[in-house]
Amino acid sequence: MDQHVLVVFPHPDDETFGCGGTLALFAKSGIPITYICGTLGQMGRNMGKPFFANRETLPKIREAELEKACKAIGIRHLIKLGLRDKTIEFEDPEPIVTRIEQILREVRPSLVLTHYPGYAVHPDHNALGGLTIRAVSRLSMQDRPTVYAHAFARNCQDVIGPPDIVNDISKAADVKYAAILAHRSQSQVMLPRDNMLQRESFWTYRCS
Amino acid sequence: MNPIERSIVQPALDSFLNQEVYLHLETTNGAYAAHRQESKMTIGAYIRNGRISYIRGTITGEGPYRVGLKMKDGWVYAEGLTDFDLEQEGKLLLAGHDEEGRLAVALELSLEPFEL
Ligand SMILES: [Zn+2]
Repeated sequence: MDQHVLVVFPHPDDETFGCGGTLALFAKSGIPITYICGTLGQMGRNMGKPFFANRETLPKIREAELEKACKAIGIRHLIKLGLRDKTIEFEDPEPIVTRIEQILREVRPSLVLTHYPGYAVHPDHNALGGLTIRAVSRLSMQDRPTVYAHAFARNCQDVIGPPDIVNDISKAADVKYAAILAHRSQSQVMLPRDNMLQRESFWTYRCS
Repeated sequence: MNPIERSIVQPALDSFLNQEVYLHLETTNGAYAAHRQESKMTIGAYIRNGRISYIRGTITGEGPYRVGLKMKDGWVYAEGLTDFDLEQEGKLLLAGHDEEGRLAVALELSLEPFEL
């Protein structure tokens, strides 16, 4: 199977903060990346610092930031699901699972990156991660991609253990930093900390 | 948005009196408040495109400001408002930002539904 990475996250900037370096390294080695972004992060409270967005202008601003960040990382194919921030867990799951399943069958990814259901803090993260895993589970065993799940809940390692994939992203630190800056409305209050520019970790998720 | 001036916001509130308007009312301490341990709980509530009509609308306080909209059968209330925007025809946006510039509360009125 040709390599192709499919990324499924609910908010513009999830792709950058959680796995921008890993994605940049894939892109650099010529592996195509498709990104399904669930919402436009319409309900975020970060408006820039000093703030330059408001509740009504935020969606368009974040959409433009998302496109800029994708360009920086090397994501060429972006699919916007058109859902609304903070509402994914309340939606009828079936149409969303079906849509993701369709995209899986078209793109035929070798690897899927999504949030680890239950351990990704934001309700949208947990919901869309769960829907993505349901969609993957609908594929026959031999068609199923590997799934890297991103978890960052406090003390999540007590339950799910340590991550089995730890990527050294220092060679892509500049790209990740550029993508973080592209998400200007969000990153001015949350500049890179800890080892966000050195390492990214994932848990290989076993779909049942 | 600009810092609230009561002398501009009060007439704007009056301009929506006694007609059906769309309301966006929201408060949040951020989706990660508990995760970052900034607070014990993550708190948020909003209503978007609620349809209301009010018979009296007043902005008070010395900043941050409070707004109360008296309806025939009830009230709409927001506290902690710091900034306003009247740039779009038929829309009044009020918001309260914390010292980091993050949104903490919003009260918006519009003659047309807010975008979904
Ligand atoms: Zn997110």
